[in-house]
Amino acid sequence: MLTSAFYFIAFVTIFFAIMVVVSKNPIHSVLYLVLTFFCISANYIFMLDATFVGMVNVIVYAGAIMVLFLYVLMMMNLNAIAEQKRSVLFKISAAVTGGMLLLVLVAALKDANLQIQGSALEAEQRIGSIKVLGYVLYSKYQLPFEVASILFLVAMIGAVVLGKKDNSTKTIGIEPVK
Amino acid sequence: MQALSNRKKVLEQKKMTLVERLYLPAIFQGMGITLRHFFRRKATVHYPEQKRSVPAVFRGLHVLRKDENGAERCTACGLCAVACPAEAITMEGGERKAGEEHLYREEKYAVKYEINMLRCIFCGFCEDACPKEAIFLETTFAPASYDRNDFIYGKDRLVEGFKRHELVSPITTLKEAQEANK
Amino acid sequence: MTLLSLLPTLILIVALFAVTMLVALYSTFAERKVAAFLQDRVGPNRAGPGGIFQPLADGVKFFMKEEVIPVASNKFLFVLGPCIAIMCALMTGIVVPWGDTLTLFGASIPLQIVDLDIGILYVFAVVSVGVYGIMIGGWASNNKFSLMGAIRASSQIISYEISMGLSIVALLLVTGTMSLHEIVTQQHGMHWNIFYQPLGFLLFLICAFAETNRTPFDLPECETELVGGYHTEYSSMKLGFYLFSEYINMFISGAIMATLFFGGYNFPFMDNLLQATGSQNLVTIIGTAFLFLKIFFFIFFFMWVRWTIPRFRYDQLMNLGWKGLIPLGIFNVVATAVGLLFFRN
Repeated sequence: MLTSAFYFIAFVTIFFAIMVVVSKNPIHSVLYLVLTFFCISANYIFMLDATFVGMVNVIVYAGAIMVLFLYVLMMMNLNAIAEQKRSVLFKISAAVTGGMLLLVLVAALKDANLQIQGSALEAEQRIGSIKVLGYVLYSKYQLPFEVASILFLVAMIGAVVLGKKDNSTKTIGIEPVK
Repeated sequence: MQALSNRKKVLEQKKMTLVERLYLPAIFQGMGITLRHFFRRKATVHYPEQKRSVPAVFRGLHVLRKDENGAERCTACGLCAVACPAEAITMEGGERKAGEEHLYREEKYAVKYEINMLRCIFCGFCEDACPKEAIFLETTFAPASYDRNDFIYGKDRLVEGFKRHELVSPITTLKEAQEANK
Repeated sequence: MTLLSLLPTLILIVALFAVTMLVALYSTFAERKVAAFLQDRVGPNRAGPGGIFQPLADGVKFFMKEEVIPVASNKFLFVLGPCIAIMCALMTGIVVPWGDTLTLFGASIPLQIVDLDIGILYVFAVVSVGVYGIMIGGWASNNKFSLMGAIRASSQIISYEISMGLSIVALLLVTGTMSLHEIVTQQHGMHWNIFYQPLGFLLFLICAFAETNRTPFDLPECETELVGGYHTEYSSMKLGFYLFSEYINMFISGAIMATLFFGGYNFPFMDNLLQATGSQNLVTIIGTAFLFLKIFFFIFFFMWVRWTIPRFRYDQLMNLGWKGLIPLGIFNVVATAVGLLFFRN
């Protein structure tokens, strides 16, 4: 039952992922990507009982990041006709890069021990519960967690600096109101 | 730039205080005002059942009066048309024939008498100008129509006896309202 | 799991659907009545006694209207938009505890469809997906005003989701759980969270206004600037779906606010009543009635604010969200954490 459910969800996930690449219209691509994230969340929730991770995946990726993607695409108003022609060299190099990334992933996961040790109940408690997750995050993985948050802070400050208006150049014409 | 007159007023936007910048006190004040209106008496007049009362001197549609014997008082002298600032009144005079004494009071009468209600401004000058006390302004409105020609009222709709106020009258006179209250 | 054991849940689902729809239906009526009363008018009063059948007349009107799908629109997405909007609006209600347990025919039935241990996160996830309804609909219409409305909606909802999340984080520090059922149980009697988290509630309330696109945050559909916003091109029941989802969202956010901050189905002296009557069912029913009373108050509050406060300008909206509410939210989290550190021990 669980295995067949996994195969079903995995098939749907990969189908949507392929549709992301294949779609001509960038808006459709983003919408397929949203569906892909939903499927991944379904995987987390049904296969691993990791409801927290699944929900956070929906909130952060499907609910926030993809909305911003869509936002930007709608602002630029791209459509299928406006797509630029790519050179053959560009296509080949993209394929090589993608292939190498796949190679690295496969190599990394090939020898990984994916078998869950202990009983299923223990495993569920280990992965799914927020309490266990929080405990692990703030004890065993505290350093990576804090480093990641600093990384986000740096990115945020960088975005603010980039987005800030340049006040050094004087405005021409109308005097600023004092 | 130099000011052209000394009436120029420099508007200064004062810096808001912390309480003002919070906006919340102002919002609660505004909501208090709207809540007070929630319980206030409603101004709505439920139209077909209720009608607004208007003063007795209200100036609505015209009527051409008849005398106590039922003869038309108008003699087509044209003073009302002269007095009309909107030039809404046109008329055609005619001579009374023998045997028509019960219809028209004097020898001359209006064969045609038309008021364009789209031009009329309901000032009541015609009422003042009339030497025979023939034209009066009543308390009804001209009803809506799809045809502009419908607003040129002839004698058929102006002479007393056409019960137009029974057909359409979105208002009641103060007198009627007082009677209804009794 | 037999079909019979699923029966109470199925009945609850159908009942919740029906109640949500009914409340949304009569919210439209209440909106017009409240608007009228706040403006010294009497509002719709012709259909039935006191205009009580007005929502039915409106519904029939929506169904009878001609359905227009613009030629240049993306037809599939155009239809999908309102569907997503109303689906997400209806999905949120299942984690809300609508009452305590009810004992019928020897079986105790909790008046909550599912008790997720991540209830609040579920609500957040569904709400954040709900914006796709607006975005897809607005984009698929192929209309500038619709697109502007959709863009505004997305940026507004994302901006206010952050401060909403921060206000919830502070609340979670107090409660220590994400399950809505447990949060309500903790507020037994009069131990309502509003007394511990007044600032958090204020933040949540403001964000709820923004998330439901209600005035003063109704920029996505402001008729003075964008004709009709994201639903300019919609007609017939598809427009009805959008309008309906707004009212359902209002109902649900009222329910969430009552649950999180105002004790849900708890009411003062409930223990005394239980001792006096000894009937848990009675207390449960009164508790549910109290919950609905709280929700109706919030719905009235939403309308009251709508007919009092004018709309924000777009930059004011963003300033309030990013420079006002988020720092306040962070301050609230820190203050709550410090307070807990000193007073819990």
